[in-house]
Amino acid sequence: MNGAQAMVKCLENEGVEVVFGYPGVAICPFYDSILESDIRTVLVRSEQNAAHAASGMARVTGKVGVCAVTSGPGATNLITGVATAFADSIPLVCITGQVNSELIGSDVFQEADITGAVESFVKYSYLVKNADDLPRVFKEAFYIANTGRKGPVLIDVPIDVQQATIKKFKYPESVSLRTYKPTVKGHAVQMKKVMAELEKAKRPVICAGGGVLLSDAQEYMREFSHKYRVPVVSTMMGIGAMRSDDPLYFGMVGNNGAAYANRAMNEADMVIMVGARVADRAVNQPEIITKNKVLVHMDVDPAEIGKNAGPTIPLVGDAKHIFVDMLEQEIECRHEEWIETLTGYREMMQLKRHPNPEYVDPAEFVRRLSEKMDEKAIYVADVGQNQIWSCKNYQMRDGFFLTSGGMGTMGYSIPAALGAKLGCPDRQSVAVCGDGSFQMSMMELATMCQHHVPVKIVVMKNGYLGMVREYQQNSCGGRYSVVDLSGSPDLSKIAEAYGIPFIRIHTMDEADAAIDRLLANDESVLMECVIDPMDVVK
Amino acid sequence: MKKIYSVLVENRSGVLFKVAGLFSRRAFNINSLVVGETDDPAVSCMTIVSKGDAHVLEQIEKQLNKKLDVIKVKTFDEQECITRELMLIKVRYNRNNRKDIMEISSIMKAEIVDMSKNQMLIQLCDTPERVQLFINMLQTISIAEVARTGTVALPRCNEIETQ
Repeated sequence: MNGAQAMVKCLENEGVEVVFGYPGVAICPFYDSILESDIRTVLVRSEQNAAHAASGMARVTGKVGVCAVTSGPGATNLITGVATAFADSIPLVCITGQVNSELIGSDVFQEADITGAVESFVKYSYLVKNADDLPRVFKEAFYIANTGRKGPVLIDVPIDVQQATIKKFKYPESVSLRTYKPTVKGHAVQMKKVMAELEKAKRPVICAGGGVLLSDAQEYMREFSHKYRVPVVSTMMGIGAMRSDDPLYFGMVGNNGAAYANRAMNEADMVIMVGARVADRAVNQPEIITKNKVLVHMDVDPAEIGKNAGPTIPLVGDAKHIFVDMLEQEIECRHEEWIETLTGYREMMQLKRHPNPEYVDPAEFVRRLSEKMDEKAIYVADVGQNQIWSCKNYQMRDGFFLTSGGMGTMGYSIPAALGAKLGCPDRQSVAVCGDGSFQMSMMELATMCQHHVPVKIVVMKNGYLGMVREYQQNSCGGRYSVVDLSGSPDLSKIAEAYGIPFIRIHTMDEADAAIDRLLANDESVLMECVIDPMDVVK
Repeated sequence: MKKIYSVLVENRSGVLFKVAGLFSRRAFNINSLVVGETDDPAVSCMTIVSKGDAHVLEQIEKQLNKKLDVIKVKTFDEQECITRELMLIKVRYNRNNRKDIMEISSIMKAEIVDMSKNQMLIQLCDTPERVQLFINMLQTISIAEVARTGTVALPRCNEIETQ
């Protein structure tokens, strides 16, 4: 057995079903060996999208997403995808080929110091110098990626290591890493303190971050919220932690969030942050959540606690374990008056939009689209104005809402929706993007066609990089600089070129019928919604 | 505020890069950084001295702990440790200042380890403050070259209960 065969064997041992990637000479032994395996390979059209597709798959399956690319430009192209996964704590194992180990450092063809380049975007990285280390390295990589604070792990394998003979292949049953022991169970004393504070609190609120979904804690958090009558708001990454129709859910916080959600945070006397980074877009003034209130910060990563806001009660651990344990404690608390106040705010402070009737209203469109989608459908929002319209209007039931929240990487939605569809073939997978973000990953239409992955793509076309245009409108006195997307292709012809059905709508009157057609069959469809170029998210 | 971090790490290639990269990425200061093997060849000890407010200093400790190659982080105030730094300093001398240099060296308990007709190489091992003081004293004369190791530190001894 050689190193490359061992790598494939490792993936089989980890139960990997799909590898996204793009081959090149330095990773060829691996791609040669994978032909002997049942693992499905998906050729993407740009390496960055291999990481995004693996991310989409990881987020809907809870398993580690895997991608494999070649050395040099293949590896450097992957970096944005890796950084996107890192910012959102998505578990990936990224395999890169590397030049012959004897040539490392001599600047030969397609050599890049990829472990060095990705250092600040990975949870861990390996440069494998000895083929006999491969089983241990892979075992550790999968373990590290999907435990504790999840994240991408990169394994760089020189071509000679892939070709080297392995004496004996034995996949380790467990890992022993003296430096890595993530805390999973919450500290009993700290949990007691939280419950004691909750009993005293008059106006508590839970702010759910992406960590709730990553630890699969939705069910327990919802139960906690209902049992102790605690209202919930979420960050962008936390969308999906609650159903949209839950009376105790009060929307997304942040400078692009709902006014009533922010008001709930401001007026609360106790804020329980769960698996959230407390970053600027969600909480732009950290003192608001610390001043005159009890701040509980739960996170599996101790370094997140106190990084941006000093908590009253730090609580390190996995959200699911913590909620399960805290649910066992019986306390007396009712916050009906507070819930009533918030319900009043929610009714009173709905954003009043004034849509131009000559165009599709993106907010209303997202609402209708998500209502017509299956209960368990996957919705992937891209980045830009379309993302904010999606976040604010998407109706969450039992599906997935995926987006690049931390990094805000344009072009995420199409490859992620493709990966998610491969992870859950029984669910609808819909990517909603703008005409800017669509053009950043439209090459993946070919991947969808080649591998028969049906993804519904909605493009909100306004002819601008809308989010930047809106910023320039508000902050640069309407001096628009480099945001005009003139020159974009006729999307009907793009669809035709790929042999995909195409729908275009200009007004809301056409929306219902068009959405029905979009969702009718399990096939890829490209849909264009013509949006008012001057429409804004605020 | 100043803190001393005594960081035990896996003795592997690339670990120094990862730790130093953490400081630059998060804009933490490094006043000095010393790396060397411990009694266990698989483990290196990094002694890092950093300045910052309490929040930054706490973050440094947490972020160091998060690194997978870091085995243990111990954080100290200066008073809690014995700190030492080794310096080699080369000075140009002549008949007029030779005695001054030797006197200063003698007062500071520095040792002259090499010399030529017009240069002296002096070695000093002391606390970082006294090393700095020695440089200041010699500044008025003529310094040719200076090499400092940076601070190493270990916590002061305490009484270990014996049974």
